[in-house]
Amino acid sequence: MSTMDRNKMDRNAMLQQINEVSFAAYDTLLFLDTHPNDQQALEFYREMSQKRNSALEEYGRLFGPLTMDCTSITNGNRWQWIDQPWPWEGGAC
Amino acid sequence: MWNYEKRLEYPVNIKTPNAKIAQIIISQYGGPDGEMGASMRYLSQRYTAPNRTTMAVLTDVGTEELAHLEMVATIVHQLTRDLTPEEIEKSGFAPYYVDHTVGIWPQAASGMPFSSSQFQSTGDPLTDLFEDLAAEQKARTTYDNILRLVKDPEVADPIRFLRAREIVHFQRFGDPMRNTVNSWESRRHFLLKKTSEK
Repeated sequence: MSTMDRNKMDRNAMLQQINEVSFAAYDTLLFLDTHPNDQQALEFYREMSQKRNSALEEYGRLFGPLTMDCTSITNGNRWQWIDQPWPWEGGAC
Repeated sequence: MWNYEKRLEYPVNIKTPNAKIAQIIISQYGGPDGEMGASMRYLSQRYTAPNRTTMAVLTDVGTEELAHLEMVATIVHQLTRDLTPEEIEKSGFAPYYVDHTVGIWPQAASGMPFSSSQFQSTGDPLTDLFEDLAAEQKARTTYDNILRLVKDPEVADPIRFLRAREIVHFQRFGDPMRNTVNSWESRRHFLLKKTSEK
């Protein structure tokens, strides 16, 4: 397997992880809106939110920023926002 | 994917309700040059944008327009809070009130409902970018008209912010427009032209 293929696989796997923890966090957010004192849901949200933030930061460091708050957005003294494909281009996203 | 931030892009704090002004401001919610059309225009056009820079400008300006939509709605909401039946009658707000009470509904000041026929998405980068530049000027003109009609400083202040953003967006769209014109000879645009001439 070439380095590029390996890189693409890692990228897809990381993005899949971001999708999963983000969906879990968001779905829990919806539940918490109507169940704000549910301790089990609160704990699950904390866990997913923390995983999401570190995965976003890690992905940004390796493959480019997914949000404006990702610290990698200014890496290499260049605005990284425009360098990676947009989700509808069908590339890594 | 989008996330919501629980704040306005620029603060809106209106203490004196005024249904007459609300009926003017609502045009920038759902009128022909309003923020709803602006955001839908850019967010729809970005899929056929010619390069990633243009995609970025359309995504980021389109996202900011959603924040402007929220500001305009907040202005209308705060202007229509705590109205008495007499005030509704006297201000000419009754036709809106009968259909929507004080709910926020996308329409022009004239009462014309929001429609996607108020904007274009043509798949032709140059056509779309010229539409975007025109749209920013049209929205700026509407804000100028609002500022001539509205003297309440609590309303005029956030409206001046929104007006200024139209000018900034116009400038931001200028770069992708010039780049697209300059690359007109490139293969991609040649193919686009050929396709459209069939």
